[in-house]
Amino acid sequence: MTGESAREPVLSVRNLRVEFPTRNGVLTAIDDVSFDVAPGEVLGVVGESGAGKSITGTSIIGLLDPPGRIAGGEIRLEGRRIDNLPMTEMRKIRGRRIGMVFQDPLTSLNPLYTVGRQLTETIRTHLGLGRRAAMDRAVALLDEVGIPAARRRIDAYPHQFSGGMRQRVVIALALAADPVLVIADEPTTALDVSVQAQVINVLKRMCREHGASVMLITHDMGVIAETADRVAVMYAGRIAEIGPVRQVVQHPLHPYTVGLMGSIPKLDHNEPRLRQIPGSMPRLDSIPPGCAFNPRCPQAFARCMLERPEPIPKGAARVACWLHANEEVVA
Amino acid sequence: MSPAPDTLVEVSDLSKTFDISPPWLDRVLERIPRQLLHAVTDVTFSIRRGETFALVGESGSGKSTIAKIVVGLIPANAGHIEIDGVTMGRDTRAVRTLRRRMQMIFQDPYASLNPRMRVDAIVAEPIRAFGIAHGRAVRERVGDLLRAVGLDARDGQKFPHEFSGGQRQRICIARALASDPAFLVCDEPTSALDVSVQAQILNLMRDLQAEFGLTYLFISHDLAVVRHMASRIGVLYLGRLAEVAPGASLFRNPRHPYTRMLLDAVPDLDMSGRPRTPVTGEIPNPIDPPSGCAFHPRCPLANERCRREVPLLLPAGEAIVACHAVAEGRAAA
Repeated sequence: MTGESAREPVLSVRNLRVEFPTRNGVLTAIDDVSFDVAPGEVLGVVGESGAGKSITGTSIIGLLDPPGRIAGGEIRLEGRRIDNLPMTEMRKIRGRRIGMVFQDPLTSLNPLYTVGRQLTETIRTHLGLGRRAAMDRAVALLDEVGIPAARRRIDAYPHQFSGGMRQRVVIALALAADPVLVIADEPTTALDVSVQAQVINVLKRMCREHGASVMLITHDMGVIAETADRVAVMYAGRIAEIGPVRQVVQHPLHPYTVGLMGSIPKLDHNEPRLRQIPGSMPRLDSIPPGCAFNPRCPQAFARCMLERPEPIPKGAARVACWLHANEEVVA
Repeated sequence: MSPAPDTLVEVSDLSKTFDISPPWLDRVLERIPRQLLHAVTDVTFSIRRGETFALVGESGSGKSTIAKIVVGLIPANAGHIEIDGVTMGRDTRAVRTLRRRMQMIFQDPYASLNPRMRVDAIVAEPIRAFGIAHGRAVRERVGDLLRAVGLDARDGQKFPHEFSGGQRQRICIARALASDPAFLVCDEPTSALDVSVQAQILNLMRDLQAEFGLTYLFISHDLAVVRHMASRIGVLYLGRLAEVAPGASLFRNPRHPYTRMLLDAVPDLDMSGRPRTPVTGEIPNPIDPPSGCAFHPRCPLANERCRREVPLLLPAGEAIVACHAVAEGRAAA
């Protein structure tokens, strides 16, 4: 492994394959995806709709919607295999070892219970604290995520909070049992831009202070650039490129990443036209052979149509593209 | 006040309140007064022929309400809208003729196309409704329009569900162009799309603007998209204009403290490490907005006057700004 710390990764995904059996055949949503998340690291997973980023997240926490199933590969949390655990075992890991933050805070909080009850329930279930101690910890957590007058607000219901405050509560809930990993799936997509910046900062600070690694799933390259240490760019269920965020953002290697970066409108330099990638992401039932990006790639050549590229190390990054294969032979 | 000859759209002192009171009996029994939501207050702007004017703001800023009022989907409570010399609002013959000269593109291309109609019928509907062409000419025109937005004329035989989000937005644009409009109101046209598809649609919209000489009112929450599309930009906060400025000037030299905060909140994609002030606070509830300048609880420059007095839009360099601190020179440039 290049650029990864010598310490054992918190999360290790190897050759993950997720399939959805349908009437018209088996669809492969995730196809041979491998990555690690190091202790204390923020790994961004970025991609457009249908790239498989959310399914990667839900398969790690064992919440794949049926009929989806893990058809191959393995997932290890701190060295222990978790992809084949029975449901009861997995429930002890979710919330305890892996915290979760989802896009819409209104649906991830129970509207019928006070915020305090939801927090203390999580704390007591997973940490076995008494009522008073759990309450104190809940107040401390709300205070930490920046909810004003936490002691008073703890008896409020989710609808009494604004969108940004609600997402702060969800972050407090995700970190309530001191997990080693937080999976945040589009945590700021439902929020306004001025609130997004605050929530991102809270998420980053909380995970750093509680020593949790983060897998941040988003479609927004800007959020990735602000938050992540490394980033994996996904396309059609595969990782196109994975590497240190600065390198991927400023010197992308994969033609898809290059196109993606070029298609984002920028604040400071204003070109009359945006770079556009022709076409759109293939549907799962019509992923082309060879490199999945080949029909849209301006640099595709014969090999791209026939052979599927594996992620090849290039500097601190790995890129699945035949354009970068020659050096591998030399090295 | 007669508008300059190259002005296509003139909006002055536009206001809209929504009555969100509980039903009459509940009000009487529980002794609660009427509740009014001031969605838009005293908004004034004009759009020149062939330019793109953008309204940018966060949720609750009233930007979509303004779009709907301008095209006449909902009535305003106060104010005056004049498009191409015709006063909007009353159902006169002139307004009906004007209707075909303005069209709207909506945010969600999944909700704004009838799933039971074939694409050619969708695009042909305005052509037939306004009697622009008849018989065989309709089909030819539909084919031309589909090609103009980058689809194939044969796509007309399909239903909307057979298309991706970006392609559906192209169909919406083709439908909007069918009545040969001069003025398009685009309400978050790319917010539901992926970024690579967004680039395709934004490029297409600029190409069509040049080809057909269109004027756009472009509404978005995304500052970078607005920067890319608009020649002039109005920043809305809680239903009022905070600042109106030419695009380049707004981003180089934001004057209103809210504009500055918005720009600081945009993620730093270049990772330049530019210094930024952390954003504080959230948008207040528009049912019960703060007194004086609505931004004062979040504003670093707020003083007693800001809490008391609503600021007026006053010229400041190339821009017009509604801020006491800017008017008094308290805001360092």
